Amino acid sequence: MKIMVSMKRVIDYAVKIRVKADKTGVETTNVKMSMNPFCEIALEEALRIKESGGASEVVAVSIGPPKSADTLRTALAMGADRAVHVTTTAPTVYPLTVSKILSALADVEKPGLLILGKQAIDDDCNQTGQMVAGLLRWPQGTFASKVVLDKEKQEVTVEREVDGGLETVCLSLPAVITTDLRLNQPRYATLPNIMKAKSKVIKKVTPEELNVEINTDLEVLQVTEPPKRKAGVILSSVDELIDKLANEARVL
Amino acid sequence: MRKRTISSVSSYLFSSTSIPCSMRRLISTLVLGEHKGGIVKPSCLSAISAAGSICNDNSISILLAGSGPSLQKAASHAASSHPSLSQVLVADNDLLTHPLAETWADLVHFVQQKEKYSYIITSSSSFGKNILPRAAALLNVSPITDVIEISDPKVFTRPIYAGNALSTVRYNGLDPCMLTVRATSFATPTLSLKESNSTFAAISQVDLSEFTQETFGKSKWIKKSSPNTERPDLVNARVVVTGGRGLKSAENFKLLETLAGKLDAAVGATRAAVDAGFVANDLQVGQTGKIVAPELYIAFGVSGAIQHLAGMRDSKIIVAINKDSDAPIFQVADYGLVGDLFDVIPELLEKLPVD
Repeated sequence: MKIMVSMKRVIDYAVKIRVKADKTGVETTNVKMSMNPFCEIALEEALRIKESGGASEVVAVSIGPPKSADTLRTALAMGADRAVHVTTTAPTVYPLTVSKILSALADVEKPGLLILGKQAIDDDCNQTGQMVAGLLRWPQGTFASKVVLDKEKQEVTVEREVDGGLETVCLSLPAVITTDLRLNQPRYATLPNIMKAKSKVIKKVTPEELNVEINTDLEVLQVTEPPKRKAGVILSSVDELIDKLANEARVL
Repeated sequence: MRKRTISSVSSYLFSSTSIPCSMRRLISTLVLGEHKGGIVKPSCLSAISAAGSICNDNSISILLAGSGPSLQKAASHAASSHPSLSQVLVADNDLLTHPLAETWADLVHFVQQKEKYSYIITSSSSFGKNILPRAAALLNVSPITDVIEISDPKVFTRPIYAGNALSTVRYNGLDPCMLTVRATSFATPTLSLKESNSTFAAISQVDLSEFTQETFGKSKWIKKSSPNTERPDLVNARVVVTGGRGLKSAENFKLLETLAGKLDAAVGATRAAVDAGFVANDLQVGQTGKIVAPELYIAFGVSGAIQHLAGMRDSKIIVAINKDSDAPIFQVADYGLVGDLFDVIPELLEKLPVD
């Protein structure tokens, strides 16, 4: 069985982002970019399944400008076998288009599992996994914190993080899984593997070749900074805190 | 924007309708409702409020699915839960007993094919986030996640980059426009059941005889495990006390629980505290956990990473107690106390007024 993992190049999670003065978006020039943290977890899970004998091949996929190849190279250095780069110059590719592209690739690659992160930390959408599962009519295991594959039965059991606890579902393959933070701890790429990754193949395709039209039913009107909270005060004692909460803020 | 006339509201799907009688063209909204133990969840009422804020002539229906008496009980509860609601649609079938995304998305698609709503809205709960995007893909439209403001019928504001920026988007696509809304951003009316009886919504059973579930059998619900807690629900609590890495151990979190007990507060945690194994992960507040906006939020031993702030920055009053006077949490706190939480918590326990 083959596992396909989808990944996104985003502003590094540790960067304090700046909103552009003209309100058209967030400053991305000269800003450190990395693989979306949830995508790292998705790749790690695919690699672990492969290492335990559950899969024969891990294919990494990314959609975006030429620079997205860096993210795929990182994936190859972590242990993915090969990569597919869907190249586009569109400034924004929304989840509906991404899911159509992934669904078209799934038709070609025929993976048994498609693993994605639960959300990208730039647009915070949390949609792509669910949407590609819908398009493919495959079952979905979102917000996964535990994944157990049963190759014999062609089933995967997914423990999901839901409001108020954990839910367990059993999905027949092929299936889509999206990863939550606690699923695993992603590995670092070692230097020998980074060297080896240079000889691995990144295949390039375009959305047009996959017969997918870039959908534009959304238009960003503006991006602004959130309202600032007014500066607070540092108090000197618990007594003062209780007094302020009771008499000034009136929340006690 | 495509609008429907009253005459196009077919009655063959639902046994009755209570759409306000008017010759004006109408916007209609379907709210996906989540229910438990015969009660509609408060986050769904926020979704109804959001639907109500789109425009005045919005005819709002809530769809409840499941099976058996608890579903019918939830339908009665829903009918009197919100004055903006005009209809409760009940889809009663064994296939729908558990909230599996596969079945639910097919149901939403089925109902939309028949009734052509202009909007489909649900709350940004794990239930809503799991189902709505899948249903949107089946309907070939772009959904919009985590809406915090509706400024025009098709213009929505939502946080991006862990709440460090706000993006205002216009939806230019076909009907339905599909949204998940952040429950803490849309207030629910505080009506007593008795008062709201005058605005009782009609309850209709969805005719499922032609409902063919394409994904039947591909997913099975196995179980749900919930940690035992008697504290108020984190997302809806009036007061939240949160512990971070500074709590140092699971044992010390008990101290926080005692304090929460005294304040009738919910207990929250940072990702660091969850990863260290101090508490279960469903207590995590932040970008990837719960979004809360209580009246009072007290953070103990929380540094204030941007991912955590994303989950609590809309709280009315924020109090931070931290040993490190340079901790970023103090930049968003209304009241800060620089000190050892192991001194402060016992002192608070001793000095807080008893109701």
